[in-house]
Amino acid sequence: MNKMQKALHELSEMDELASRRSPVHRLHPAAKLIATIAYILITLSFDKYDLNGLVPMVLWPVLLFQISGINVRTCFYKLRIVLPLVMAVGLFNPLFDRDIIVTVGNIGISGGVISMITLMLKGVFCLMASFLLMATTKIENLCAALRKMHFPQIIVTLLLLTYRYVGVMTEELAVMTDAYHLRAPGQKGIDISAWGSFLGQLLLRSMDRAQELYSSMLLRGYHDHFHFAENRPFNFKDAAYVAVCILFFLLLRYVSITQILGGAIVR
Amino acid sequence: MHMADALLSPAVATTMYAATAAAAGYSINKVRKDDDPAKLPVMAVTSALVFAGQMINYTIPGTGSSGHMCGGMLLSALLGPEAGFLSMIVILAIQCLFFADGGLMALGANCWNMAFYGCFVGYYLIWRPMMKSKCFGEGHSAQRTRIIAASLIGCIVTLQLGAFSVVLETSLSGITELPFGAFCALMQPIHLAIGCIEGLITSAVLVFVYESRPELLMDVDAAESGEAKRSLKSVVAILAVVALVVGGGLSLFASSNPDGLEWALFGNADSGYSTNMGLDEENFGVESNAAEKAGEIQEKTSFLPDYAFPGSDSAAGTTVSGIVGGLIVAAFALVICLIGGFFRRKGHQKE
Repeated sequence: MNKMQKALHELSEMDELASRRSPVHRLHPAAKLIATIAYILITLSFDKYDLNGLVPMVLWPVLLFQISGINVRTCFYKLRIVLPLVMAVGLFNPLFDRDIIVTVGNIGISGGVISMITLMLKGVFCLMASFLLMATTKIENLCAALRKMHFPQIIVTLLLLTYRYVGVMTEELAVMTDAYHLRAPGQKGIDISAWGSFLGQLLLRSMDRAQELYSSMLLRGYHDHFHFAENRPFNFKDAAYVAVCILFFLLLRYVSITQILGGAIVR
Repeated sequence: MHMADALLSPAVATTMYAATAAAAGYSINKVRKDDDPAKLPVMAVTSALVFAGQMINYTIPGTGSSGHMCGGMLLSALLGPEAGFLSMIVILAIQCLFFADGGLMALGANCWNMAFYGCFVGYYLIWRPMMKSKCFGEGHSAQRTRIIAASLIGCIVTLQLGAFSVVLETSLSGITELPFGAFCALMQPIHLAIGCIEGLITSAVLVFVYESRPELLMDVDAAESGEAKRSLKSVVAILAVVALVVGGGLSLFASSNPDGLEWALFGNADSGYSTNMGLDEENFGVESNAAEKAGEIQEKTSFLPDYAFPGSDSAAGTTVSGIVGGLIVAAFALVICLIGGFFRRKGHQKE
């Protein structure tokens, strides 16, 4: 499987996850979007040494994974892209910040180690949150919600159209790459003599095709914007979900649950 | 160069969102004013192609490795900077939403680092002036050389700016302990090399478009296209050698002399960097007025103010009770999983 086929597989997997049914799937996309953004912002606002405060933030994604019935393994597979840069930045912290700020028994833990772990946890938590949003929401519904929130028409339409064509183009290029490699066995990538023409030819053909595409859209009644089939109103349940989520996040942010729970047992 | 959410503080993330929103607002206005609805499908198809095209591996001659093309320059040369910028936003949004490449809150910063520089700086400061000038003489082959030079310079410059922004944003967020200078010295040379390769690949695609359909390129005089005099391969090879020599020299300079970057950034050594190279949250490793002001502004604009528990010196020093509390939370999470599993099994049995 080449890179493009893998990407196609990932796309269809997300599509499949988003079309499942669960209480989380049924929520209004705007409610899920607002809750996710609130979660990410509050997660990011934790101090770099505040590992104790950050840890309980895991509860929300865990709860959503369980309610929506989505496998957490799919999410962790996606971490491979994000974590390297976060790791690269975080790994330097223990080298530069060596003041011991915690001692467990006889072992001293430096601030750098704590801030590195905090950074990585933030990376994982934020990824889980945005993954959950997309795994429980279809792109069409999300776009409809964005339009309701007065997001610019042109970007929403462009997002939908591009999303539609990403699949087509990736498939086309996957076939082309396969064909190229079958004729050039043992070669790692595209040779310099074909650097321009390989993508260039498809580019020219596609730009012509786009004109025909526009004509066909017009023929089917397209006029400036798309109509969304599943465009249900934002109801009380959705509002309650957003309110409960934000209250829960704020509670975790300002009350150290770990301290209270731990203190109750240790003291 | 996609940044993850974890690398940004809420204040920096929202600031970058605001900056991107301003640029996007300008672009939307411009595209609307052009009033060419047929352009939308062209933008969509081209950005889908660029999205997929970035996954192609191009073999770099003489080495075992491979490179990718640069989306921002290609899109702004084909669609214009405003439409190119909007297309890049959409590409980055899809990468972030479906492939977890970059984060949802970091999207603003990513758009700025990759799309804004690539489209606006690359187009207005490099592509258009070069296409309008007669810097390599007149005629078909001169135009080709101009296209190659513009994409090469454009990619190198915009990638350098992007990489520098990543360093700046991460440092301002107070995420890394890595000194600003060292972080720069790490990022800039790597992106110099990447920029050279991306520039060459992008130029190859653009030259191909120029040879077959010159009217598709922005600011290119289609009348000048005619018979090719020099083969693409030789032009690319010559430029590759030049880029390697220049790039190699520059990266040597950059990595052996990281202080030069700081000097350039903060004026001079007297008011600029000093003995304190480590970044801390109060001043970003640089004892200068500019840095202090920036710190104050960040403190004031901070969406959720830089918060620490009462007695923040011991924020992490709460040892045993904290660890026990953490374990309880973990146990709690496990219980949620077990309950979820139990109900799902029950649901399956019912079905």
